[in-house]
Parts: sequence; structure tokens; C-alpha cells
Amino acid sequence: MLVWSRSGRLVLWALFALVFGVLFLAPLAVILLSSLAGQWNGVLPSSLTTAHYGDVLHGSAGDAVKASLVTGFLASALALVSGTWAALSLRLQGHALRRLLGLLFFIPSAVPSVSVGLGLLVAFSNPPLLLNGTVAIVMVAHFVLISAFTFGNVSAGLARLSPDFEQVASSLGARPGYRLWHVTLPLLAPYLVAAFGLSFALSMGELGATVMVYPPGWVTLPVSIFSLTDRGDVFAGAALTMILVVATLALLLGLERVAARASGS
Amino acid sequence: MSAAAFTGTNVMDIDAAKVRGAGSNVHFDKVSVAYGAHVVLHPLTLDIAPGEILAMIGPSGSGKTTALRAVAGFVRPASGRIRIGATDVTDLPPYERGLGMVVQNYALFPHMRVEDNVAFGLRAQGADRALIAERVRDALGTVGMSAFAKRLPRELSGGQQQRVAIARALAVRPRVLLLDEPLSALDAQIRRNMVEEIAKLHRDLPGLTILYVTHDQTEALTLADKIAIMRDGRVCSHGPTGELYRRPPNRFTAEFLGRANLLPVTVVEAAGGKGFARAALGDTTLASAGRDEKAGDRSLLCIRPQHLSLTDEGGHSNRISGLLREVHWQGELTHLVLDVDGTAVRVSTTRLPIALPEAGTRLPLFFAPADTSLVPEDAGV
Ligand SMILES: Nc1ncnc2c1ncn2[C@@H]1O[C@H](COP(=O)(O)OP(=O)(O)O)[C@@H](O)[C@H]1O
Ligand SMILES: [Mg+2]
Repeated sequence: MLVWSRSGRLVLWALFALVFGVLFLAPLAVILLSSLAGQWNGVLPSSLTTAHYGDVLHGSAGDAVKASLVTGFLASALALVSGTWAALSLRLQGHALRRLLGLLFFIPSAVPSVSVGLGLLVAFSNPPLLLNGTVAIVMVAHFVLISAFTFGNVSAGLARLSPDFEQVASSLGARPGYRLWHVTLPLLAPYLVAAFGLSFALSMGELGATVMVYPPGWVTLPVSIFSLTDRGDVFAGAALTMILVVATLALLLGLERVAARASGS
Repeated sequence: MSAAAFTGTNVMDIDAAKVRGAGSNVHFDKVSVAYGAHVVLHPLTLDIAPGEILAMIGPSGSGKTTALRAVAGFVRPASGRIRIGATDVTDLPPYERGLGMVVQNYALFPHMRVEDNVAFGLRAQGADRALIAERVRDALGTVGMSAFAKRLPRELSGGQQQRVAIARALAVRPRVLLLDEPLSALDAQIRRNMVEEIAKLHRDLPGLTILYVTHDQTEALTLADKIAIMRDGRVCSHGPTGELYRRPPNRFTAEFLGRANLLPVTVVEAAGGKGFARAALGDTTLASAGRDEKAGDRSLLCIRPQHLSLTDEGGHSNRISGLLREVHWQGELTHLVLDVDGTAVRVSTTRLPIALPEAGTRLPLFFAPADTSLVPEDAGV
């Protein structure tokens, strides 16, 4: 809805600033301030320091960043491949089956992630499927939680793709594999990149399931943050959170550029 | 060289050769198509001769695209067979049929430059680089787009995109070109030019069989050797363009193709031998080219708007009169609508009496028996 009057627009902007400022920026600002706080007893910190960053960087921050990035990358890549595959093959199915399977894909995102973690823990605790205590089970947990989003994104992209492109390609003699590689996937590229970015961001922030399944030596950023704050080390937790935010932002911005190039604009 | 380049039959490639081996006529043999219980194409039998342009025209939803897509292989017939040349292609996948297809919105691959779009089919079929380069050059030359080879589709106008889409289809040297409303996304001026260019293209490539689907009668009349008129999933008439226009076999054809006036008449005297039939419109007796009507039959006298004249000219022995309802002056042409015994009659004329007549005037209309035909009253689908 367009608002034309000047005062109307001012009110809208003020509302937007309020909602955005209070709900998004205030928590971030508080975290940023805590990560830099030497002492914080009053309304604002009484002194500022970068010591917390030094501490976490000397501690296990590096490992946590690595664990998070590797988990995020692998789980997202896996989710991208399987989500795309599922979306492409479901397109060929009848409408009813497509709806049903599409819904099934989304069940893990409706279940609390802690329960997903618990489920995996129980399911994979006996041979031959013994994954407990391995890095793989972390990947699996993340994969289960994010694949619905890649599937959803790619399906949305496919639904918007005019069948004309693929049909013209076929009529020109392109076999299905050639057509997929040279027509369908390039046309889907913006959706694939968006799907990957979204899964990566989700994976970077995943805590509930990870806490249930992570093995020693593979502590992701959210898990480290959780244990730091749990121990009462709030300022260090805040510093680590800022590192997580920056890493995720950098990644998303990078992907955005890739997407821009892929869609040729 | 560009023109000759497309008429060659010695094509390099793969399975499509199965189709190209012989002839390029398209034969529908009782082809029907249904979506669930909904029959959208009733058993259709139709032949398109090699090198012929068949225009399939009809209102939207009449099944034209369905018929075309059945040839292309994207719609599976519920019954019947489709042959291209000597090959039964009914069970072949689209990529083995060796056709060229152009769709309404062009569907150029947006991530490929013009030359890569045109090269697509040959690359997909694994042709060698030298051949591809030569064919791309020829195809772009044929449609006059050589200067735009390096552009991306979004940097082209609609008309230019359509040319590239045609070049892309021609580059694989199809034996049959399928065009589905190729011009309907273009504005009127460009559409007229493109119609002429497609006509020229076909003069340059006389061996190319074209199935041209459109809802625009002007395109069909300009381009087609034969026309098939579709209505509700059936061909309601089919024949050489001129004949179908001059002697429409039924009311729908007469009205759809050139918006004919149809006057309800009663046959007074059959057209024995070579003469004209005589038919009564109220108290007036008119001479008209007839078919096999008998005296006493009710019929429709078909006369085109441009064949009605406000002045008595040589040979215009038929005379009716009507009450002028509307006058639309369009510069070159003036369109009049008259009420003739309760039937609205359209007149298009380049010549008017000195003063533009006013609505409400009673005007005489003259026309030649040779410009008329009788259309059976009860025909139709
Ligand atoms: N995929 C489809 N599923 C169901 N009905 C369809 C489908 N495609 C076309 N139809 C129906 O088939 C009929 C003919 O469509 P079409 O061949 O596209 O007509 P035209 O090209 O003459 O406008 C229409 O009634 C249309 O609704
Ligand atoms: Mg259509």
C-alpha cells in the first residue's frame, strides 16, 4: 500500500524504526556492548575493553568458528543437492503425491530441534547405524533441519520457471541430462544460491539439536556461546556471538554477490 | 548462401536423422488428446504436405496449441498416431523428433548470448565446432540478426528476440517448423513486418514445412497455403486459403475468417450448371454463387464488407438497402454498419459519396454475384 501524504509517510517510518530498532537492533546492540564491557552494573557499561575478544580468540573460538563453518558448508551443500533433486523429481509426480511429500519434507522444521537431536541420538546409537559421538551425526542433524528450506526454495523457483524453456530445449534435441545442466539449473541459479545462503545461516545459528548430539572436539559456535553464558561468562559469550554474527553476515554478503553474478545483473 | 544453407537434407546428427530420413509431411491420424475426462482434441485427421504452411486458427481454447504440442511431443495423444515423413513419431521423445519450435514468448535462454542461443540445438546434439559456427552465422544472417550475436536476450526488443528464436529453431535444420502464436506478443506495426519476413523466409526455404498456430486471421491469410479452422477441439473446416475465404463451408468459418456478412436467404432457384443460384432476402431476389442448394432451402448469403459498394458499379447487379447505424472513418478506410432487415451488415469502403452519410439514412448497397457464396444455414460444428 502506498501512502502519499507526507505525515502519513513520517508515521510509517517512525513505526518501522520503532519495530526494527526495538526488536532487531536493541538486542544486537546490547550484545555488542556486553562484548566490549569491562564492568556493567548500571544502565551502561562503566568501562570498555577488547579483552573478551582476546580471551575467546586465544581460547577455543578458532575451533568453534571452524566447526561451525565446516558443518554449515557441508550440511548446506548436502541439503542443496538433495533438496534440488527432490524438488526436480517431485515435479514429475502427480499433484497429490507431490503435496504429500512436500509436506513430509517440512515436518522436521515443525518439531522442536531438541527433539530432532534426541531422535537422532536414539536412532543412531546402535550398530550398524552407530553415529553417536561422531562429527557425522552433527551434519545429519543440521541436514535434517535445513533441507526443508532448500527444498522449499528450489520448489518455489521451479514453480516460477516457465515450462517453455525446457520444452524448447528438448525440441532442439537436448536430452534430459544436457537440458538439466545447461538450461534448468542455470535458470534456477538465483534460487539455489538463496537456498544455500538460508541453510547456511540456519546452520550457523543451530543450537537445540547440536547440543544433544555434538561430540567432544566438534563444538560449534552456538554451543560454545551457550556453555560460556551457562557458566556465567556472559561477556565472553557476547564476544563470541559477535564473531558468529560477523562470520554469517560476511558469508551471506558473499553469496549475494555470487547470486547477482549468476542472474547476470 | 544463407537461404540454401537451410534446404540441405544432409544433416549430421543423431537420432533426429530417423525423422529426417524421408519427406517432411506431417500426418495426424485420428489424434485425440484428453486431460482426464476432458477431451480437448477430438480425433483429428489432417495432412500437412512437405513445404506447405498450414495455419491452424481458431478462438482461444479451441485446441490449437494442444495439436501443435502433440506434434512436438509434449502432449501424449490418448489415441491415434502422428507421422513425420515416413516415421511414426508418436512414441519418440521430443528430442528425437527433429523439429524446430518457436513459442509465443520466445523463451530465449536468458543466460546465453544470442549466438549461444542459436548454437544450443547443435551443441546439444554434439555437432562439431566448425559446423556450429557456420550454421549460427547462416541462421543469424537469414533473420537479419548477425550484428547482435554477442548480445544477451534482455538487450533486444521483442521483434529482435522473435527473430533470434526463429534462428535458433532453424539452426538445427528442422524438417518441420512449429510456430505457436509467434507474433502475438508484438505490437501491430512490428507484427505486420514480421509476417512479411516469415513469408520471405518461407520463399527462401521452400522445403520447410510449417505448422503455424494463430488466432489472428490476417497472419493466416497472408502466410498460409492451407488453413485449418479449429473450434472446440475439432477442425471445423480445412482447405486452401483462398478457397476457404471465398467459399466458406460453414457459418463459423465465414465469420472467423474475414468477418463476413451473412444474410439469411431462401433459395429460389438452384445454381444449375455454371450459373448463379437465385435467393430471396425478403422481397429482394439476389444472385449468388451456390453449391448444391435446392430451391426452398434456407441458406446464408455470404458477402465480405469490402465487396459491398454504396454506388452502382459495372457488374454489381445485386442491390439491397439498409438503414445506416454507425459510421467509423479511419482515414484510408471507412467502416459503416447498416441494418438490413434486422441483420447488421458491415461495409468497408475506400470511396464514399461526396458527403459522409449520416446515421439514420437509408442507403442502397450494391454487390457482384461473383463476390458472394451461399453458406448452408445448419452447418457448423
Ligand atoms: N495441461 C492442461 N490440463 C488441463 N487442461 C488443459 C491443459 N492444457 C490445455 N488445457 C485445455 O485444453 C483446451 C485447449 O487448450 P489449447 O490447446 O491451449 O487452446 P488454444 O491454443 O487453441 O488456445 C483448453 O480448454 C484448455 O483449458
Ligand atoms: Mg494456444
